[in-house]
Amino acid sequence: MNLDLVLTQTLSQALGPGVVVFALAAIGLNVQFGYTGLLNFGQAAFAGVGAYGMAMTISTVMPRCVASTNWPCSGLSGVSPQVTFWLSVVVGLVGALLLALLLGVSTLRLRADYLAIATVAAAEALRRVVRSVELRDWTGGTEGVRGFAETFRDYGYAIGEAFLPPLRPGENLRIGPLFFTATSLWVMIVGWFLVALCLLLVWLAMRSPWGRVLRAIREDEDAVRSLGKSAFSYKIQSLVLGGMIGALAGFIQALRLGNVNPDQYHTTFTFYIYAVLILGGAARVFGPVVGAMLFWGLYNFLNQLLRQVAALDVLPEGLLTTTKVDPLVFVLLGAGIIALLIFRPQGIFGDRREISLDVR
Amino acid sequence: MRRLAVVLALAACVTSAVTFAAGVAWAQDGGEGLQTTLTHEGEPVPGVTITVYTEGGALVGAAATDEDGHWTLPVPGSGTYRVELDESTLPEGLSVVGGNVREPFVRPGSVGGLLFGLTTGEAPAQPAPAPPGGEAPPDGEAPPGEEVAPEEEIPEDPEQEIEVVAGPNPWDRVLSHVYSGIHFGLIIALAALGLSLVFGTMGLINFSHGELVTFGAFAVLVLNVTGLPLLGPDFTVHLLIAIPIALVLAVAFGYLQDRYFWGWLRRRGTGVIAMMIISIGVALLLRHLYLYQFGPSRIPYSQYVVQAPQRIGPLHVPMKTLITDAIALVVLVGVASALVLTRFGKAIRAVADNPALAAASGINVDRIIRLVWAVGTGLAALAGIFLAMHESATYLMGFQMLLLIFAGVVVGGVGTAFGAIVGSLIVGVLIQVSTLWVPSELKYVVALAVLIVVLLVRPQGLLGRRARIG
Repeated sequence: MNLDLVLTQTLSQALGPGVVVFALAAIGLNVQFGYTGLLNFGQAAFAGVGAYGMAMTISTVMPRCVASTNWPCSGLSGVSPQVTFWLSVVVGLVGALLLALLLGVSTLRLRADYLAIATVAAAEALRRVVRSVELRDWTGGTEGVRGFAETFRDYGYAIGEAFLPPLRPGENLRIGPLFFTATSLWVMIVGWFLVALCLLLVWLAMRSPWGRVLRAIREDEDAVRSLGKSAFSYKIQSLVLGGMIGALAGFIQALRLGNVNPDQYHTTFTFYIYAVLILGGAARVFGPVVGAMLFWGLYNFLNQLLRQVAALDVLPEGLLTTTKVDPLVFVLLGAGIIALLIFRPQGIFGDRREISLDVR
Repeated sequence: MRRLAVVLALAACVTSAVTFAAGVAWAQDGGEGLQTTLTHEGEPVPGVTITVYTEGGALVGAAATDEDGHWTLPVPGSGTYRVELDESTLPEGLSVVGGNVREPFVRPGSVGGLLFGLTTGEAPAQPAPAPPGGEAPPDGEAPPGEEVAPEEEIPEDPEQEIEVVAGPNPWDRVLSHVYSGIHFGLIIALAALGLSLVFGTMGLINFSHGELVTFGAFAVLVLNVTGLPLLGPDFTVHLLIAIPIALVLAVAFGYLQDRYFWGWLRRRGTGVIAMMIISIGVALLLRHLYLYQFGPSRIPYSQYVVQAPQRIGPLHVPMKTLITDAIALVVLVGVASALVLTRFGKAIRAVADNPALAAASGINVDRIIRLVWAVGTGLAALAGIFLAMHESATYLMGFQMLLLIFAGVVVGGVGTAFGAIVGSLIVGVLIQVSTLWVPSELKYVVALAVLIVVLLVRPQGLLGRRARIG
């Protein structure tokens, strides 16, 4: 058994681009659920809107628009890939904003658990629409969209040529046993930069009077209302902010995989984000990041370890084969979520007084 | 006289058209199968025996190729099969290229084609070519170091089969969709009743309710197909015996789950929101336990898999659909009237209304919730069994149904038993009838849209009382 491989894999995954996706999505959810107490079960949809906004703008909408001669598109023939890329980022963020407004205006007047059902249903409906055959020309149906990450990658190469050798094409970075290719290193740099930016934003926001109102809504919405604050408007703002951070997670997911696919944004994604958030500690600035590193690290650790054990052939026949590793890891994750919520609902860093989970 | 003859002729025409159309429709509807043609240098090869097994190794059937080298065999449903060509029946000097075993995947409602290449002399030891007409079974394995994001493991869900076929009359088509909607709605209602009662009595939106549905389906699967590990792998019982045993197991599962888990959490004072997220963990755990034990493929039961449809008025319905619907209806009416008429029913409604007041009036609230869990799990299991009888059991079946169960509960009114039944029937009919206008892959979207609209316009549902909802 190669324990070294297991540990290096775990460590490189816990720093790699995958964890950034979880961290960003969980930071967004932290604003909504951790600080405001909104049970948004549609975070997968926000990430999906970001990812699809970027992918479709670059790969399907703009090329077709440039090819057509109708009014809004006719002047676009000379648009550079760089402009298209930044436009796609704007489209993704605006898409998340619109989704938040649409969901929020309609459902935020509902009780917390009804909100959960409404958002989970909306996210699933959106996913099914995106993967339908009817929209295949635009969304790629079940296969999704690819071929949109070149411009982003070229930015990385450009910076590499200027002053960061490991980012040059074909290069890679080795730190001790860790190994990152140039592309994933570039995604990591941008991703962790976004994480830092969002953490700063959340930290500043939650210290402000605005953030105090959000926490007050979590504790007692009626009290907030009786003090003359519009709880509804604050909840919308919280949903929008968290959703747009979720869209950033979608960008990173799309760029790191080089494709978007409706099934990446299944409801289970939202469930994992909840696990990440609660693991790290809800309503804590660093909670989501710690939670994401632990969740993704633990997932990879268990996966690698069990694969190695399965390859050893020491267990009785049929108990652990390589095809059974994945289910078993999820069984353990499920058990972990249960145990965490029962015995330490505030997570690792959480403050028991600052958690909406205990309100009865 | 002439007029009568014309009418008669017309009637005969219509009847034969109906019969013909129905026949064609049935052939398209229930006809999963496998086919191949054996040829060698352009000449058909007759008399070669080809045997089909299920993935689990159970014999499906065997047949020999006919004069033209054709071979077809109906299979009980969509899934992966193991097909063996008996090389001893091949003409002298011929052998099969790439081994004599194929493992094709048969899609719902389609006939999968197989390719056996024949050659003279010793077959070269090359890997078997991918079977055409079918898909290679998805392998969930990635090379170590390759990232496998957890969210990518959800395979696409196959389309729900509609088992009711109608004649050419457009209204018959509507009628057949309405009936298959009622059929689906009754299954949703069985599951929804339990969810609604649990929510009513303990305030928990149970995200693991779908896995209770799957529990029933797999309990029967163990008794009926895969065999009990304790009594030896060959110890299986007939479906009609397996179902009651599975129901008892499900009731016990529900009871014990509340006795040792949810009841314990209630006593610890765990909040409702925390319990809801715990139920997500429970769902994750159970779902992947099923996957661990039974694998990702669809597994049919041993009995009543394919049935020739009976003709009832303009509809063609398999007998099992009629019988399961009748049972579902009786059970639903029975449980609903027990809620109204019996002392236990009254106690359940009292706890749902106000647990503290119910406890003060001498009702053992914990015991009532335990009863609700036992009954609710039994009902959910029954839904799973009926669903699996019609479209085979998979580990995802309950999870895929969960949002529809939510839709049924919310449309009817959260926490009300009659509401759950009525709401589920509405959702079921809506889903199936909507396929007349919207593409069938978007039919669930219709149900989810209705769910959201009802939450916005009338959050208490059709039959619910107005309570604090926001």
